[in-house]
Amino acid sequence: MSRLQALSTFLYRRPRLALALLLGPPLLWLGVVYLGSLGALLLQSFFQLDHYTGQVVREPTLATWRALASRANLDIVLRTAGMATAVTLAAAVLAFPLAFYMAFRASRRVKALLYLAVMLPLWSSYLVRVYAWKLILAKEGILTWFLARLHLSGAVDGVLALPWIGGPSLSLSPVGMFLAFLYVWLPYMVLPVEAALERVPRSLLEASEDLGAQAGTTFRRVILPLAVPGVVAGSLFTFSLTLGDFIVPSVLGNSSYFIGQAVLAHQGTSGNLPLAAAFTMVPMAVMAVYLLLARRAGALDAL
Amino acid sequence: MRSEPRSGLGLSLATLGVLLFLHLPLAVIALYAFTTEESSFTFPPPGLTLRWFGAAWQRDDLWRALILSLEVAAAATGAALVLGTLAAAAVWRSRFFGREAVSFLLLLPIALPGIVTGIALRSALGLGEIPFSFWTIVVGHATFCVVVVYNNVLARFRRTGTSLLEASMDLGADSFQTFRWVVLPNVATALLAGGMLAFALSFDEIIVTTFTAGQQETLPIWIFSQLARPRARPVTNVAALLVVVVTAVPILLAHRWTRED
Repeated sequence: MSRLQALSTFLYRRPRLALALLLGPPLLWLGVVYLGSLGALLLQSFFQLDHYTGQVVREPTLATWRALASRANLDIVLRTAGMATAVTLAAAVLAFPLAFYMAFRASRRVKALLYLAVMLPLWSSYLVRVYAWKLILAKEGILTWFLARLHLSGAVDGVLALPWIGGPSLSLSPVGMFLAFLYVWLPYMVLPVEAALERVPRSLLEASEDLGAQAGTTFRRVILPLAVPGVVAGSLFTFSLTLGDFIVPSVLGNSSYFIGQAVLAHQGTSGNLPLAAAFTMVPMAVMAVYLLLARRAGALDAL
Repeated sequence: MRSEPRSGLGLSLATLGVLLFLHLPLAVIALYAFTTEESSFTFPPPGLTLRWFGAAWQRDDLWRALILSLEVAAAATGAALVLGTLAAAAVWRSRFFGREAVSFLLLLPIALPGIVTGIALRSALGLGEIPFSFWTIVVGHATFCVVVVYNNVLARFRRTGTSLLEASMDLGADSFQTFRWVVLPNVATALLAGGMLAFALSFDEIIVTTFTAGQQETLPIWIFSQLARPRARPVTNVAALLVVVVTAVPILLAHRWTRED
């Protein structure tokens, strides 16, 4: 015991050393393993694959970046960004009523329950939740059955016949992917929007009413502007998560690639790690710009 | 806030709709684990059976994947508990240059898309010519699990304040005794909750794992690989239900232990 006491006193007198001992392991882990890996990623993107030998040539070159700018790869980037935008907009619309109800209407008890109801899917298996949509959207599945009951089967065929978003069946179409993305990322939008609404000063609402505003006007002119930072914070998640995903397009998509699938394919069978690395820089760059803009809008305080 | 009763009804219905959208799909998973239909997703199911649970029980590959996932989650949780608690203690006790940056650095692995973490680790393995192993999976998982423990423990530290520590030291305890008898009992449930969440996060992670596992199959990777094979559907459905249950339990427990009464 006395030796421990001596050590304790020794450390107590040297707070800098004690701090270094506490902070050292986690910082080393993240600094070396994580930041080091990100550095390796950046480095890889400046190498290139020798297509004849199948080996990565470790000499600095911009060839991989030029390959990334090809027509086919730009299509992949645009397709993914388009989906991310659509999912983000729809998530903002769907999240609003729930967040509004949680912030303004629900009692303490109900609010706690709703909070759990949003958190549980957020933490539970995301692969399984995507798989659930495979079951729901299948040709012989629930949605088809349900829509047939409502005599709406024709509407589905109409949607599937559309260019861009249609496909052979709901479980193999951009519409299906959109629904699955919306479903898996929705909690990430609900929580920051709810947090933003929670912080709307109640006195402002009273002031607005006292000044004669209708409920609708108060909503448009007071609540909505104050909710914007929450929506921006939520959109950071929905946008970024959609950009980097390869599970949803692999399970529900057709043969057109998304960024995530391209990264997976290049690093895997074709062994083109440099191109996979360069591809990953796209969502990172997009998110970096987005983060800067969001920070300027003050949205990060709502996290 | 007062408003028209009708708009209240509309809001309630919209809220209910969103909640159903968030939760019905999981009920679908549960239902399909019992269907008698083998090769398609027919709804309504022609009949219900427990047969597939027996079939899943006899699948060695499913067992191997499950055991690997449990081992990885246990190891990653262990590493995350140690690293997260150390970081939380450092940030709580001292002010130092770059304190904000520590939180940011810890958050980065789950804030960036999983594919970034995955391919970054994969690049490092490639450059270092490190072969895939059990530990490459664990390292990947621990990296994004640390922040969960860190957040839970730091929140608890901040809530308890420093007066108890000062009292303990004033009464003559050294820092190890204070840690053992004052700090640890105080943060025990926060540690447990953080550990549970880290475990759940690791157990069903697939994106980072895809890049760090090589040929090894964790349970999510096993399920993902089965999706392409129609004949395997019933057993896949059972495995999916298993994942939901195994992750939901620790999440609910963690929620109980960190609830602020």
